[in-house]
Amino acid sequence: MSTVEAPRRVRLTDRARHERNLGWLLAGPAFIAMVAVTGYPILNAVWLSMFDYRLTDPGDRDFVGLGNYAMILTDGLFWQQFGVTSLVTVITVSAELVLGFALAMVMHRALYLRTALRTAILVPYGIITVVSAYAWAYAFSNTYGFVNDLFGLGDFDWFGGTWSALATVCVAEIWKTTPFMSLLLLAGLAQIPDDYLEAAKVDGATAWQRVKRVILPNMKAAIMVALLFRTLDAFRIFDSVFIMTAGAQGTETLSFLAYRQTISRVMIGLGSAVSVILAILVVLIAVMFVKVFKTDLSQQRGERR
Amino acid sequence: MKTSRMTRGLWIAGAILIIAYAIIPVLWIVSLSFKEGDDITNNDFLPTVWSWENYRTVFASDLFTTALRNSIGMSLIATTISVFLATLAAYAISRLDFPGKRLVLGVALAITVFPVIAIATPLFNLWRTLGLYDTWLGLIIPYLSYSLPLAVYVLAAFFREIPWEMEQAAQVDGATSWQAFRRVIVPLATPGVFTAAILTFFAVWNDFVFGITLTSSESARPVPAALAFFQGASQFSQPTAPIAAAAVVVTIPVVILVLLFQRKIVAGLTNGAVKG
Repeated sequence: MSTVEAPRRVRLTDRARHERNLGWLLAGPAFIAMVAVTGYPILNAVWLSMFDYRLTDPGDRDFVGLGNYAMILTDGLFWQQFGVTSLVTVITVSAELVLGFALAMVMHRALYLRTALRTAILVPYGIITVVSAYAWAYAFSNTYGFVNDLFGLGDFDWFGGTWSALATVCVAEIWKTTPFMSLLLLAGLAQIPDDYLEAAKVDGATAWQRVKRVILPNMKAAIMVALLFRTLDAFRIFDSVFIMTAGAQGTETLSFLAYRQTISRVMIGLGSAVSVILAILVVLIAVMFVKVFKTDLSQQRGERR
Repeated sequence: MKTSRMTRGLWIAGAILIIAYAIIPVLWIVSLSFKEGDDITNNDFLPTVWSWENYRTVFASDLFTTALRNSIGMSLIATTISVFLATLAAYAISRLDFPGKRLVLGVALAITVFPVIAIATPLFNLWRTLGLYDTWLGLIIPYLSYSLPLAVYVLAAFFREIPWEMEQAAQVDGATSWQAFRRVIVPLATPGVFTAAILTFFAVWNDFVFGITLTSSESARPVPAALAFFQGASQFSQPTAPIAAAAVVVTIPVVILVLLFQRKIVAGLTNGAVKG
C-alpha cells in the first residue's frame, strides 16, 4: 500500500507530515464512527432533556430548562432505583472479585485440565446475557426450576419479594461476568515472577501470607483495571433485570428507568434527562476510580525502600 | 516440582468445580429445551423423555427464524466493518506518530465506559426522524461505534508486539515495500485481527439494549430482543421451553467459537484490557 512506498525519496519534514496525514487517514474513519454515533446522540439528549416533550404529543413541546432534572432528583423513586443499582453493583463486583480471584488462582496453578478449564470459563463470557438471564430465571422459578427442589425450599417464590428477586439477578450477573474478571486477574498473576513466591516459601511464609504479602501487592494494577471495568459495567445493568424481573418488586435499575421513560412512556424529555444523569454518574465513577488508582500507585511507589 | 498427592487432588477438585460452575447453567437450559408436556414443570434438572418438539416449534416460527437471520447478518456485517476500520486505526496508533493519537484512544475508552442505554434512548428519537428506526443500518451503525473501541484496543495491544524491524530486514534482502508488508507483517498480524473479530462478534451477538430500543418489528429485531418477545407456538401455550430451545440455538455459535479459539480469546481479552 501507499503506507510504505511513498515516504522513501522525500525529506524528513515531508516524511513527518506524511506520517501525520497517514495517521489520521487511517485512524480517522474509526474515530469518526465512534464520535458521530455516541457524541451527537448524547448532545442531542442533553438538549432534549431541557424540554417537556412527549412523542405522542409533539406539538406541545415546552422548554423547561432544568425542570426535568429537578423533577427526577426530587422523586423518591429515582433515589430508590439509584440505591438498587448501587447495591447490585457493590454486591456483584465484590463477589466477582473474591470468586474471580479464587478461579484465577486455580487456573494459574492447574497442571491438569488446563485447556478444559480455559474453554469452560469462556462459556459464561460468550453466552448472551439474555440467555443467561433466562437460564437463571427458570432455574429459580417455582414452576419450572430445580433450585427449590434441590435445596428443599418447597414453593418459595424467589420473584415475589424485592430481596430474593435481587438475589437471583445478582447470581445471574455474577455467574456471567466472573470469568471476565478472573481472566484479567489471571493475566495479573502471570506477571508475578515465580522467584518472588519461591523466595517467600523458602523464608517460611504460609500460603495465606504469600497471597497477602506477595501476590496481592504485585497485581494491584490488574485488580484495579478489573474492578474499574466491572464496576462501570455493573452500574449499567439492564438485560438481566429486563428478563428476570422486568423491574417488578422494586428491582428497577437506572438503565431500566431510562428505557421505560423513553421507550415505553415516550417521555423523550424526561427519559433524556435520566440518560444524561446516568452518563454523568458513570463518568463520576470512572473519575473516582482513576483518582484512587493514581494515588494508590504513587503511594505504593513511595513506600518502596 | 514436587507436589504431594493430596495437593494435586485438591487442584484437580478445584478445576472440576470451576468447570461445573461454568457449564451447569448451560446444561440446565439445554435440558429444559428438551422437556415436553408435564416435564416442563417437573422441577427436575433432567427431562423424563427427551423431545425435539420445542426445536420444531421454534423453527416453525417466523419470529425466530427472521430474528436469527437478522442477528447473523447484522453481526457479520458489523464485525467485518468494525475489524477493518479498527485494523487501520490500530496500525496507525501502534506504528505512526501523529498528533491526536491519545485522543483516539481516550475517546475509545470513554465509549467503552459509557452506558449503552444513555446512547440508545437518544438514538431512538434521532433514528425515527432519519428513517433508520427498525432497519438493519439503524442497528449496524450503533454496533460499530460500540464494537470499535474493543477492536481498536485488542488490535493496538497486539500490533505493539509485532517486531516491525523485520519488515525493513526483508527490504534490505531485496523485497519491495509491498512484498515486505505482505509477506512479513500480514502473517504476523492476522491472528490478532482474527481474535479481534471473534471478540467483536461476541459483543455484537450479545447486544440487547439496541435491539430492544431501536426496533419495533421483525424487520431488524435481533435474536436476544426477539427472545424477550417470544410468545410460543400459540398465544396460550407456555413459551418457557421454546424460549429455552431458542436460547440453545443462539448459544451454539458462541460455544463453537470458544471451543475452536479459546487460547486466542483469552490472549485477546487479557492483552486488550491489561496492556491496552
